Amino acid sequence: MSLDFGPAVGLSCRECGTRYPLGPSFACLECFGPLEAAYSFGTVTRADIESGPSNIWRYRSLLPVPVDVASKPNMNPGWTKLVKAGNLGRALGLKSLYVKDDSGNPTHSFKDRVVAIAVEAARNFGFHTLSCSSTGNLAGAVTAAAARAGLEACVFIPANLEAAKIAMARVFGGKLIGIDGTYDEVNRFCSELIGDPLGDKWGFVNVNLRPYYAEGSKTLAYEIAEQLGWRLPEQIVIPIASGSQLTKIDKGFRELVQLGLVEDTPYKIFGAQAAGCSPVSTAYKAGHDVVQPVKPDTIAKSLAIGNPADGPYVLDIARRTGGAVEDVTDPEIVAAIKLLASTEGVFAETAGGVTVGVLKKLAESGRLDPEAETVVLNTGDGLKTLDAISDDAKPTAVIRPSLDAFRAAV
Amino acid sequence: MSVTVRIPTILRTYTGGNAEVSGEGATLRDVLIKLDSDYPGIGARILDESGKIRRFVNVYVGEEDVRFAEGLDTAAPEGTQISIIPAVAGG
Repeated sequence: MSLDFGPAVGLSCRECGTRYPLGPSFACLECFGPLEAAYSFGTVTRADIESGPSNIWRYRSLLPVPVDVASKPNMNPGWTKLVKAGNLGRALGLKSLYVKDDSGNPTHSFKDRVVAIAVEAARNFGFHTLSCSSTGNLAGAVTAAAARAGLEACVFIPANLEAAKIAMARVFGGKLIGIDGTYDEVNRFCSELIGDPLGDKWGFVNVNLRPYYAEGSKTLAYEIAEQLGWRLPEQIVIPIASGSQLTKIDKGFRELVQLGLVEDTPYKIFGAQAAGCSPVSTAYKAGHDVVQPVKPDTIAKSLAIGNPADGPYVLDIARRTGGAVEDVTDPEIVAAIKLLASTEGVFAETAGGVTVGVLKKLAESGRLDPEAETVVLNTGDGLKTLDAISDDAKPTAVIRPSLDAFRAAV
Repeated sequence: MSVTVRIPTILRTYTGGNAEVSGEGATLRDVLIKLDSDYPGIGARILDESGKIRRFVNVYVGEEDVRFAEGLDTAAPEGTQISIIPAVAGG
């Protein structure tokens, strides 16, 4: 098998640095640490990137994908809007605020970015089935991408997810297995399945394809910097599920600096969790560098990972950059969804409510610099988590079609 | 107590390719000591230099993540299945 991962030349253990050849492996044989793609970048210019397609493949020279990636059937996610959020900024006292709105991706969440890279890895390794453990958004992204790429799909979710996420994961075909358990239990099951002959030709995007898959989150960093005019934001608020997205956005910013594509200016990274699943925030506040797992209980199901594998790295990054990790309650999440929607016309899912809620809390407590350029992420579409705002999912009034009745109602 | 231990792919070089082996011990610590004597070297892959479970390894006794129980002192009742699993991210 001849592998083509573009600029990626191997895998490297994030803990001990041991190097491995490119392969469908995700844990270090020495210390169990996570493996990540290691690169030998060529010369990359802003002009090369700007002449690329209006999707993540404009950054193909920075990703573990072949150079002709854009010519193959894929969902072509990315290049989502960076919304200048003046109204929300004024409401929170922040002078220069942007919302990076990833609900505009093909299956309405940031997961299309990571899955697009995983599809290329699955093709490279000759896998016939694309799979994942998921809190919902990833399941939809995987079944859609598999359909488009001509791969089989079999995805695993906790059985009690939001109806819209289940419908989305199902409509694209393939198999959807609901497991009677938490996401962490689903994840554990998939990790065991991978070592079984039943699953050994399967590409689990967030398990054995994780080193490739996770790199997709870097494209959020690249896009934000390019959309700001090739500049790093001074402050950014990012949701934490497993913590992978936050760590890869940091990696993306550092790569842009290393390649001379942006100036080396300081940035602060803030992590956001729901109070009902806040192991990283708890560790941050306690000054710990290990993350004690929890059993989640929150409406923000897409962030309900009680055992976040990248949690220790999130702590490192928040502390290194001068950021923080904070959490908000379920009522604060709902209020933040409504605040974002009513100020900027962006309808976030509960995870976006967490991030905007934490943004608000950080702004009000003075931990964000009100003068600094700030970006907040919305990673998914509010239509997927309608139950969270069910009290408002009805008309403000129901009247007879008469002017008198209307005057009385308003 | 006699238990079964599920071995992740990356440790099967120690167990001759076996995905599951039998173990012995009253607590998880005892089981891991016996496992290392049966399959020399495997213990140091699961535990770090200070004898703690490595931070990117999840160990389950039955259905329970031992970090929610008594860690290495978690009891290993007769017939229990113990699983050793690399931490995985994503979702």
